[in-house]
Amino acid sequence: MTGLLDDLLGGLALGAVYALVALGFVVIFKASGVLNFAHGSLLLLGGYLTAVLHDDIGFAGALAVGVLATALLAGVIDRLLLRRGDPDPHTAHVQTIVTIGVDIVLLTDLSRRIGGDLLVLGDPWGDAVTRVGPVTVADSRLAAIAVSAGAIAVVFGLFRYTRWGLSLRAAGEDLEAAALMGVRLSRVRTLAWCLAGALAALAAVFLAAFPAPGLERTTGQIALKAFPAAILGGMASPAGALAGSLLIGLTEALVAGHQSELRLLGEGFGDVVPYAVMVLVLLVRPTGLFGTKGAARV
Amino acid sequence: MPEAPPDDLPALRVEHVDVTYGRAVSALRDVSLTVPHDSVVALLGANGAGKTTLLRALSGTLRLYRGAISAGRVRYGGTVLDGRDPVAAVQAGVVQVPEGRRVFTGLTVDENLRSGGLGLSRRGSAQVAEARDRVFTLFPRLAERRRQAAGLLSGGEQQMLAIGRALMAAPRLLLLDEPSLGLAPLMVDRIAEVVREIHAQGTAVLLVEQNAGMALSLADHAHVLETGEVRLSGPAAALAGTDAVRRLYLGEEGAA
Ligand SMILES: Nc1ncnc2c1ncn2[C@@H]1O[C@H](COP(=O)(O)OP(=O)(O)O)[C@@H](O)[C@H]1O
Ligand SMILES: [Mg+2]
Repeated sequence: MTGLLDDLLGGLALGAVYALVALGFVVIFKASGVLNFAHGSLLLLGGYLTAVLHDDIGFAGALAVGVLATALLAGVIDRLLLRRGDPDPHTAHVQTIVTIGVDIVLLTDLSRRIGGDLLVLGDPWGDAVTRVGPVTVADSRLAAIAVSAGAIAVVFGLFRYTRWGLSLRAAGEDLEAAALMGVRLSRVRTLAWCLAGALAALAAVFLAAFPAPGLERTTGQIALKAFPAAILGGMASPAGALAGSLLIGLTEALVAGHQSELRLLGEGFGDVVPYAVMVLVLLVRPTGLFGTKGAARV
Repeated sequence: MPEAPPDDLPALRVEHVDVTYGRAVSALRDVSLTVPHDSVVALLGANGAGKTTLLRALSGTLRLYRGAISAGRVRYGGTVLDGRDPVAAVQAGVVQVPEGRRVFTGLTVDENLRSGGLGLSRRGSAQVAEARDRVFTLFPRLAERRRQAAGLLSGGEQQMLAIGRALMAAPRLLLLDEPSLGLAPLMVDRIAEVVREIHAQGTAVLLVEQNAGMALSLADHAHVLETGEVRLSGPAAALAGTDAVRRLYLGEEGAA
């Protein structure tokens, strides 16, 4: 029983962190129709900056720099590498390919810097644990849940209550109609990239924190698990991305917790879970959990 | 809409405009027309004549279609609009209701209306509320359904929402692209009434239609586009009397 509660809390924490990454995918897709394959490298950059800076300026300062720098780089990728001037809806697929190139460049450089090291981010939770009723939970997991929930609430608040959010939702549905309302598509889009970058950098902290051993050069690949979460949510739906992330996080934790009983599925089945869940959901609902025709932008 | 101040009575002037798509397809050639500040001007023409293309040229959305103004000028009052982006047109007071309504179906009626104000600089919530009240007075139906998703509205209601959304930007010139398209006759009459009301409140209207009967009954002036060129121009009443218009655009109404 405590094993199950353990798994559920672990899955919730994992899902919450996936949601930070998946929301980034969705925001970028809504704003630009681009699938950002450089997202994992952006995440790694945020984590790396936090890791190398925390000794000198403390964890909070290092995290702030990591988040801001990653947001800035995401904005620069959008503005300078993917397009010149106004967004062109006809070239979203080309831009998607460009993000693969950006990913390779970023990842190569960061891998060289990180090498085989395990970098600690200096987060304040360490390996401390808290007793919650019958179970013992790592503080880092509670922090992952609390901070992610806060960040997700802020993002949903931005969607609903700000001019940027309304612009993004309008442009995500109908770029031309939004343009006719005088929405500044270019600005809305760059801000979307910045927000996605910031969320990725924030996610890096919790992917590197206990019980993970630290930040590795492969940590960015975890972003690839949030990709199916975004897709099974409908790709253009923030609520869908949230639901998809929780679903995948929980399934992954439950499968990992029962690895021994699931032996016949093979060792390391937990890694395949996101994709298995995605395929199952898409078989039943081809447009995703919360999908609409908006996802047809690809 | 407030009356335009008397010292500032802008007219839309389209002067010798050519538009090409993809640098190759010529869609408009040497198009000139004027929409005075206090008028309703109709633009008629069959499918593919170039009506929508002209509105894209005015609103700065040609680029989304790989098109461009290759010659000529578009001016609204003192503001040059050719070569500018859609924000410039909206801020100059030229706002378009696109063909096919194009409301944001996943957003609520209220959010659609809010989106109409996105092109203006941040306004006080009081002004937004005032603009919205004006829209709700014009379209009481929208007030009843303000929290519903726009996708759930009927075609006629969506057309009203599309017009209401544009009115949120406080236009001085409203560009309407085939507002009667696909609507039942009763709804077409209602739209005509609305155009009259909007005009009476001080907003000029450029009305693009294939429904020539409706357009000519509303307009002071009219132009007929044919394969990218202005074929006929004149007072609406005079055009309604010409044989060509009666035969081509008024269908059986004019056949007698
Ligand atoms: N995106 C485009 N690319 C190339 N040609 C286009 C495009 N849009 C419209 N056209 C052409 O321009 C002409 C005018 O079209 P349009 O302005 O839509 O006419 P209307 O609104 O009067 O029906 C047509 O011949 C059409 O085929
Ligand atoms: Mg048309």
